[in-house]
Amino acid sequence: MKDADVRICPDGPVLVRGATTVVDQDGREHAVTRPVVAVCTCERSGRMPWCDSTHKSIVRPALRSAAP
Amino acid sequence: MRCLAGGYGSSMSQQQGTRVPGPVGPISHHVATTLRNGGTSVPPAPEWEGGSIITSHDAQLGLWMLYELAYRGFEDVPDDREWDPDLIRLRRELEDRFETELREKAGPLAERVADLDEVGDQVLAMAQHASGVSLSSYLRRDATRAQVIDFLRERSVQQLKESDPQSFLLPRLEGPVKVALAEIQYDEYGAGDPARLHQSMFADALGAAGLDPAYGAYVNDVSAVSLASANVMSLFCLNRRLRGAAVGHFAAFEASSSVPSRRVSAGIARVGLPSAASAYFDEHVEADAVHEQVAARDICGGLVELEPDLHADVLFGAAAALHLDALSAAELMGRWADNALMERGAAS
Repeated sequence: MKDADVRICPDGPVLVRGATTVVDQDGREHAVTRPVVAVCTCERSGRMPWCDSTHKSIVRPALRSAAP
Repeated sequence: MRCLAGGYGSSMSQQQGTRVPGPVGPISHHVATTLRNGGTSVPPAPEWEGGSIITSHDAQLGLWMLYELAYRGFEDVPDDREWDPDLIRLRRELEDRFETELREKAGPLAERVADLDEVGDQVLAMAQHASGVSLSSYLRRDATRAQVIDFLRERSVQQLKESDPQSFLLPRLEGPVKVALAEIQYDEYGAGDPARLHQSMFADALGAAGLDPAYGAYVNDVSAVSLASANVMSLFCLNRRLRGAAVGHFAAFEASSSVPSRRVSAGIARVGLPSAASAYFDEHVEADAVHEQVAARDICGGLVELEPDLHADVLFGAAAALHLDALSAAELMGRWADNALMERGAAS
């Protein structure tokens, strides 16, 4: 089987292609039911481990304009 | 195996129950008559009387009928009317006015993101900063059951053919951009499971809310802006020259879906409609959190990399989606405020 392909979106989720399950931090397995899934990285999603776009309401200035 | 019957040019669509809607003015009357009789036996198209085409129910209904020839067709119209030269000419006249008005009114929205470098970031930022009233917040917290149902009815025209316009885009894209759109489309079309076909899930939502789930059932009842919101996708996706606008529209549309879907789902549950009515919106919370990233970065970003000249049109398409979304929200909120005033007046 092909390895899963993982891509990090700036200020957003991690896109995962080719996985069959995603294991969360408590060790629970979540089945992947779509061709590509967005895994939450802001830890504020109401549907962990999946992204529900809550990150849009969070300001993460450190990623954008870090002082030199 | 199914047997096919019927002669050249005379076949009618087999779509159940979709008939040419009743006209509401001179343009839709002209289109309806020409659809049924062909171009030779009807008078020339009426002169445009001026004003906004986005808010003309007559013009938008006429355009919707013309576009439907490329989708499901009508039971009472021969299928070969799709390429009737008179109908194509009329469609182009209406499209020219529609596109001109959209460029004039929505275009300036793109200027706000001129300081960002990547087109994908620009489109996401435009969706993020789209101004106007939040329809989804109102639906979540305050809307009555009747208003939630009204919202579902207004959305029916575009959602019952969700993703179909963008399927016309696929052959116009290349390489990784085509792959990215096909990936989203596969998900929109149920990822192999007919029960998860998004347009059918919306029909189920309509049925669960006590509405008619039939395709085209409400084209005479919805606002001009609701028709325009469906028509703009056909304008962009059926004209290859507008492929840049089509991908920009698609990405902005996906980027304004995930968070609002969560709110709408909560509103549907709050007013006590069955879970089949909210399942469509639940599905879109996770689906569109993925789609907005792929559409903005891989589709918009990928297309502009291959065809840099399309950059401005990508932003125009995104602006058009957001402009119509804001108009629709303002229109519905205004309508509901008027109804509430009338009810208060009647009660006093």
